[in-house]
Amino acid sequence: MFVINCPYCGERDQSEFSCGGEAHIVRPKQPTELSDDEWAEYLFMRKNIKGVQFERWNHAHGCRKWFNMVRDTSNDKIHAVYKMGEKPPVI
Amino acid sequence: MTKYRINKTRFIDQTKTVSFTFDSKEYHGFEGDTLASALLSNGIHLVGRSFKYHRPRGIMSCGSEEPNAICQINDNTDFTEPNVRITEIELYEGLKASSQNCWPNLNFDIGGINNLISPFIPAGFYYKTFMWPKSFWKKIYEPLIRLSAGLGKSPTQPDPDIYDHKHEHCDVLVIGGGISGIISAKIAAKNNLKTILIDDKKILGGSTIYQNNKNFIIDNQKSNEWLMNEISELERLDNLIIKTRTSLAAFHSYNYLLAKENISDHLPLDKKNGGIRQRLWKIRADKVIVAAGAIERPLIFNNNDRPGIILANSVKKYLDFYGVSSGLNNIIFTNNDSAYETAVSLFEKGISVKIIDIRKKSSSNIVKDAEDLGIEIYWNSTVVNTFGYKKIKSIEIMNLSEDGSNVTGNKHKIQCDCLSISGGWTPMVHMHTQSGGKLDFREIDQVFVPSEKSENHINVGSCNGDFELEEIVKNTNNKVKKFLNINESVFDKISVSCSKELEKKNIWLLPNTISEGKTKSFIDFQNDSTAKDIKLALREGFKSIEHVKRYTTTGMATDQGKLSNMHALGIIADTAGVKMGTLGTTTFRPPFTPLTFGAIVGRSVGKFFDVLRKTSIHEWHVQNNAKFENVGQWKRPWYYPINNENLHDAVQRESKTARDSAGILDASTLGKIDIQGSDASEFLNRVYTNAWSKLGIGKCRYGLMLNEDGMVYDDGVTTRLDENHYLMTTTTGGAANVLSKLEDYLQTEWRELDVYLTSVTDHYSTASICGPNSKKILKKLFPNKDFSDEAFPHMSYQDAIIDKIECRIMRISFTGELSYEINIESKYGRSLWENCIKAGEEYKITPYGTETMHLLRAEKGFIIVGQDTDGTMTPIDLQMDWIVSKKKYDFIGKRSLYRSDTIKEDRKQLVGLLTDDPNEILEEGAQIVSELDKKPVKMIGHVTSSYFSPNLNKSIALAVVKGGKKMKGQKLFVPMENKNINVTVSDFIFLDKENKRINA
Repeated sequence: MFVINCPYCGERDQSEFSCGGEAHIVRPKQPTELSDDEWAEYLFMRKNIKGVQFERWNHAHGCRKWFNMVRDTSNDKIHAVYKMGEKPPVI
Repeated sequence: MTKYRINKTRFIDQTKTVSFTFDSKEYHGFEGDTLASALLSNGIHLVGRSFKYHRPRGIMSCGSEEPNAICQINDNTDFTEPNVRITEIELYEGLKASSQNCWPNLNFDIGGINNLISPFIPAGFYYKTFMWPKSFWKKIYEPLIRLSAGLGKSPTQPDPDIYDHKHEHCDVLVIGGGISGIISAKIAAKNNLKTILIDDKKILGGSTIYQNNKNFIIDNQKSNEWLMNEISELERLDNLIIKTRTSLAAFHSYNYLLAKENISDHLPLDKKNGGIRQRLWKIRADKVIVAAGAIERPLIFNNNDRPGIILANSVKKYLDFYGVSSGLNNIIFTNNDSAYETAVSLFEKGISVKIIDIRKKSSSNIVKDAEDLGIEIYWNSTVVNTFGYKKIKSIEIMNLSEDGSNVTGNKHKIQCDCLSISGGWTPMVHMHTQSGGKLDFREIDQVFVPSEKSENHINVGSCNGDFELEEIVKNTNNKVKKFLNINESVFDKISVSCSKELEKKNIWLLPNTISEGKTKSFIDFQNDSTAKDIKLALREGFKSIEHVKRYTTTGMATDQGKLSNMHALGIIADTAGVKMGTLGTTTFRPPFTPLTFGAIVGRSVGKFFDVLRKTSIHEWHVQNNAKFENVGQWKRPWYYPINNENLHDAVQRESKTARDSAGILDASTLGKIDIQGSDASEFLNRVYTNAWSKLGIGKCRYGLMLNEDGMVYDDGVTTRLDENHYLMTTTTGGAANVLSKLEDYLQTEWRELDVYLTSVTDHYSTASICGPNSKKILKKLFPNKDFSDEAFPHMSYQDAIIDKIECRIMRISFTGELSYEINIESKYGRSLWENCIKAGEEYKITPYGTETMHLLRAEKGFIIVGQDTDGTMTPIDLQMDWIVSKKKYDFIGKRSLYRSDTIKEDRKQLVGLLTDDPNEILEEGAQIVSELDKKPVKMIGHVTSSYFSPNLNKSIALAVVKGGKKMKGQKLFVPMENKNINVTVSDFIFLDKENKRINA
């Protein structure tokens, strides 16, 4: 169980957070222009990397804020935590 | 003192006798004993029968690694517990222990026949035998296997004990209170670090605390004396918390650890006083020092499992710690020097002892001592057989060939009553690997030692592969200093001297004259797997250690193979002709020793299992005989029986009254979200399928919310309170998820919107009054208000005041009746409710529960999200096309509504079902078919809601059926266990299709 440094609250137990899957998937601005395949790409396709992964996390039992996190899924090392809208760091 | 209690030690108070029973016979031990030491002091070795062959088994160790000596304690009480390790039970007055896995009794066990037929039940016997005939499985094989499965008896009553959880934070956690743990804890605590030291025993000191051999000297004192002083000094350190009787269960990532503290397990039942039994510590440590020690290995030879065969260091502990000699005529069988300490200790107490060593010689000090004392040593020899059914009586030994792969010469028989065995030591690397650490294999003494360096934890002492006293002390001191960034420690100038082992030899499976198939060389004592089984698995093609483990069940018993895993690996490597280090190990999973369910669950039992939410009107419901149902965490009135009515009768009455006159429902549990901000209307446009921009202030609108995949997610009525202010209602169960989902979109996708969400579910109580007389009741409650359809139309809201308290009245309906919902601050909910009941008295207003609510809405064909939908239903499937805006460019899920899959015409669609017999009520969840004869019968849908409608006087049901939209009038079947029910597809609005009642 890891410790996450919430950008709003500081270090807290993982049990206070929930993971929202892969980060930086932008909802298409004009969904109606998309083919079924393109929409399905947005809707269903998610990476599941063994290694460094960019993820969305929510401090569900805390400030309820969403933020992004860079985590190595093979050893749970957290490389960076940053707010929504901020540029992803280069890892 | 008994014959076997031959020594006085400081750890046993021989003035305090403790009586206990084992298999109903009374025995005596002393305060400080474990059940194992007390039994041994009474000469008892036979304590159980093995799992598969029912062979007699005795005490084999003195700690948590014990595979054989497990028992049932306090049988026939609510406190009973199976599979408790006899070696770990602290003796207390009145303890009742009984042996397991034997019938009719321990001495004469019918199951022992399995031992005789053992050649026919090798590894994989069950997998191979119980395959056919198939029909035998359910009636014969399974009951048979279940009968012989498992050890001990589960308690049949709820656990009467209390368990606790506690969080703890520290700078340094030291796991293990042996010599290296004590050194580590002292260095840490003396350097101003908040330190916790945990150990599973009652007394700190590990195996050094009874190391009284003159070869092991620290600062000119015997090592046990030196350590004793260190321990008493520890108690004076302010920064140090010492937790004894506390065993580490799990070492998770980020130094999150679980440890179980035994608080009252060592107390007699009458002294527990209802206190906490065990506490699970959840520790977050900045740094962790693992000093878990090592476990002595057995040796693998023919019939190595008899009672009286004990690990050599355990024999020493029984002798020097508990004062008990495990036998009076001892033989020690070893491949290393450490067992000589046991021999010397026995000899010094005047007990007969001989040594068998597989090595050709050893030139260390301790061996010289043994030779000088005149202890007989058989070099280059091995035990080939043992005798004695219920306790060892004699052994046969032979010489080893030059390379150790065979035996030579003549058999030599020696009498004994105890055989101490030592196959070297295995570092306890469990903690290290649980935390994600890797292992290296060290050839010279055939051990796995921790490899990768972690910034957050280190291993010290014998769990790190340091076995000799001098390297333990020096390396621990240096490693801990470096780890904690400390320059000097009190142990820098310490002088240590010890006997050093120079000759090493290891043979995983000792050779024999008899063919392997005919020997019983046990590897896993608890699960009865032998070297023969391992080799059979290899012959049958299993290669991976994980597969061999599961096929032979080696290492899968309650001891998790603490004694057996290394030998299994070694024998696999030898047989397959590969290097042991290349095989890897099986996975070390938490917990290290079995945890009670109680400790895992802690206080979250009974009414503390989950949060219970009650509305402010709850007590009124209780007083008025409501039966409740759980909706999420909420307790909601289900129905209100009068005069012993059953569910059906009460619901029929409530439903009829609600439609004929008036009914009242506690709707406080519906989720309520307060939405404010200049973009609130735009926000609602995006989350709901219908349009919101033109909703006037003071008006209400029903909305349907989808997931991005187009499936219905939630629904509810939202009211526009002001230009930029809305009050959204959600389903009771969906409230929290809806809020999370909306927050997600606001914070991530639509960060440009000026919208703020607040959950106000608990802030307001809601009384919903429906029925043709509801308007009259409202008039009585609010005499100054104009309730005419013109002034207060359907789907609108107005502020009002009742008893000087502000409230909101919404004219909305979930029943199809004329209906009003009054929202008031929660604390006034009960008084509002009682006012409503009073005002409705003359109209015989009936309180109704969720069951009637479901019935009334089903009559009108209103869906319940989660009952008539299941996450695979689009609004089109629900025939709710009317609520999906064609004009809006986008909303959540819109694009998905015309994916190739969602536009298919044979999707399951919502329909009404009428039974041919109007009195037949369908079962919810029942499957629907169109043809009965063609097999296999094809399911085309299922019933989602079903009731007997008192207002229509017939049974009605909602269902989802493939292509159902086009099936109106078609005959279908609902096959039940003993009959087929004929049904006809109908419209799903059964009552008042014209919506006249809403303005009645």
